[in-house]
Amino acid sequence: MGKVLMKGNEVLAEAAVHADCRYYFGYPITPQSELVAYMARRLPEVGGLFLQAESEIAAINMVYGAASTGVRVMTSSSSPGFSLKQEGISYLVGSELPAVIVNIVRGGPGLGNIQPAQSDYFQVTKGGGHGDYHIPVLAPSTLQEIVDLTMDAFDIADKYRSPVIIMGDGMLGQMMEPVEFKEKVESKQFDKSWATTGTRGDGGPKIITSLELDADSLEKRNTLLQKKFAEMKEQEVRYETYCTEDADYIIVAYGTVARIAMNAINKARETGLKIGLIRPISLWPFPEKPFEETRKRVKGYISVEMSAGQMIEDVRLAVNGHAPVDFYGRTGGVVPTQEEIYEKIITVAGGLKYEHENGI
Amino acid sequence: MSMKTVFERTTGLTEKPTHYCPGCTHGLIHRLVGEVLEEMDILEDTIGVAAVGCSVLSYEYFNCDMTQAAHGRAPAVATGIKRVLPNRFIFTYQGDGDLASIGISEIIHAAARGEKITVIFVNNAIYGMTGGQMAPTSLIGQKTATTPDGRNASVQGLPIRVSEMLATLDGSAYIERVSTHDVPHILKAKKAIRKAFETQKQGLGLSLVEVLSTCPTNWGLDPHESLDWVRDAMIPVYPLGVYKNEAGGN
Ligand SMILES: Cc1ncc(C[n+]2csc(CCOP(=O)(O)OP(=O)(O)O)c2C)c(N)n1
Ligand code: SF4
Repeated sequence: MGKVLMKGNEVLAEAAVHADCRYYFGYPITPQSELVAYMARRLPEVGGLFLQAESEIAAINMVYGAASTGVRVMTSSSSPGFSLKQEGISYLVGSELPAVIVNIVRGGPGLGNIQPAQSDYFQVTKGGGHGDYHIPVLAPSTLQEIVDLTMDAFDIADKYRSPVIIMGDGMLGQMMEPVEFKEKVESKQFDKSWATTGTRGDGGPKIITSLELDADSLEKRNTLLQKKFAEMKEQEVRYETYCTEDADYIIVAYGTVARIAMNAINKARETGLKIGLIRPISLWPFPEKPFEETRKRVKGYISVEMSAGQMIEDVRLAVNGHAPVDFYGRTGGVVPTQEEIYEKIITVAGGLKYEHENGI
Repeated sequence: MSMKTVFERTTGLTEKPTHYCPGCTHGLIHRLVGEVLEEMDILEDTIGVAAVGCSVLSYEYFNCDMTQAAHGRAPAVATGIKRVLPNRFIFTYQGDGDLASIGISEIIHAAARGEKITVIFVNNAIYGMTGGQMAPTSLIGQKTATTPDGRNASVQGLPIRVSEMLATLDGSAYIERVSTHDVPHILKAKKAIRKAFETQKQGLGLSLVEVLSTCPTNWGLDPHESLDWVRDAMIPVYPLGVYKNEAGGN
């Protein structure tokens, strides 16, 4: 299959179809409405079902119902709608149901606006709903990566019986790039004997629930969940590094911001400044290894985000006091430019240039 | 002399003893649903959705596959299941706080879409599980934990008549309100539940049976007085009868 030129939101939808997702429940919201419309048109073509729910609350609970039958199912939304899904997401975790949930983040808080943002980082990585839980969060930065991560997201969901979040921003959703949909080599088989599809032929009734009235039993259930999260932390960490080997300073950025940061890094390198990039792809589990490998030799890190500083908390934890962590961010839907990031690099690392030039 | 079996436990229910208070009609309504599922021979093809309320543990009592939903969201969960498995029987079992308050949006839209599911709606005019607070179905003047002086229309508004309201939606196919206060009415309630599942079988749209039920514990009445209260106080506000019958017949 060759490359096709598509919009980010539609790429995500088509990738889900390629991953054998046949059920979608959602509610329209900008800037991800193309995803909803694409599913409405595409799913019936492949024998699937698209249903526009009356709200995001209903949509996530329809996802819960469909997931309980063992099929691959997805919903998508943007920040205000994603907030409404939190209760349902907590129930999906509690009942151990697989599903893929997309958040194409826009400016907040409140109704905010429809411009690109990363201000839901806390919400997606630190729980969001009630209870002690984590969900794998994947943050693509190119349209091809949307394809690959969306396909992986469904496998991760099935493997762990857990919801998985794909987090993007409006810029990624709206941009067009050529992508290639690779046919799946082989469908991985996942055990679905837990699915409530009726008892015909399989003995006694099955129950899907997150309720456990007895404290000791609920603690046991939580312990099992924590084991699962620990396994995810072992197995599902993804990141990319760029020019970190000799770097004096390392920028940390994800999603579209990482693309802009990379240009700023190239410009800085042209002037002789040794700047690198760590790009977390899984926001949870957060990649700690690239920090462990660099934190003793670099002079510092700069977290660059489309938020007032959220990922920086995880960066600080990963750096663990070994080096200073600086920050540059824009909020409200303002996208940081390459020049701004370059300026920040100069402010933080510019002294080095002076040192180099004067042979200090 | 040989003994004749006159009453048997329905296979529609598990053997687990229920946790309901003495005189509560939740258990009785469970039995009616269980008997209907058994008699229609559809237990193996049925998936029930338990709601949040005193009946939250109904997933342990119904002898079929069960999924537990968040408070009020059972019709959305049922929609998700039915859309994937159109040939299975899907039912929800919801209280009046669950369905008529927090979940009013989900039930209205499930009815509007004509979801081919069956809803067992237990109206006991109060929140049982959380300790007897006002429900949208509480009667004017009814004393509850959150209306200590009685429900006052000018402050707390007026009771919602769910059956009448949902009957106005074109997607609903069978709607009947029944009661559990005496044996003839219980038998009628069972017939209504049967009819609701038959409606689902025919794929006509949403079927709902509103069952007037007791909560002696939170009403502050004994079981017998509770049955009388259903008859004398509730039925005048919630008239029994068939509100929608797309299948025809009775
Ligand atoms: C989101 C949420 N809000 C509130 C509650 C607390 N809660 C549990 S059951 C219930 C009311 C149940 O009343 P009803 O549906 O009438 O059922 P009954 O207990 O009377 O059978 C409430 C408010 C909850 N579990 N979840
Ligand atoms: S509190 Fe009321 S509704 Fe709940 S089990 Fe007891 S009597 Fe029944």
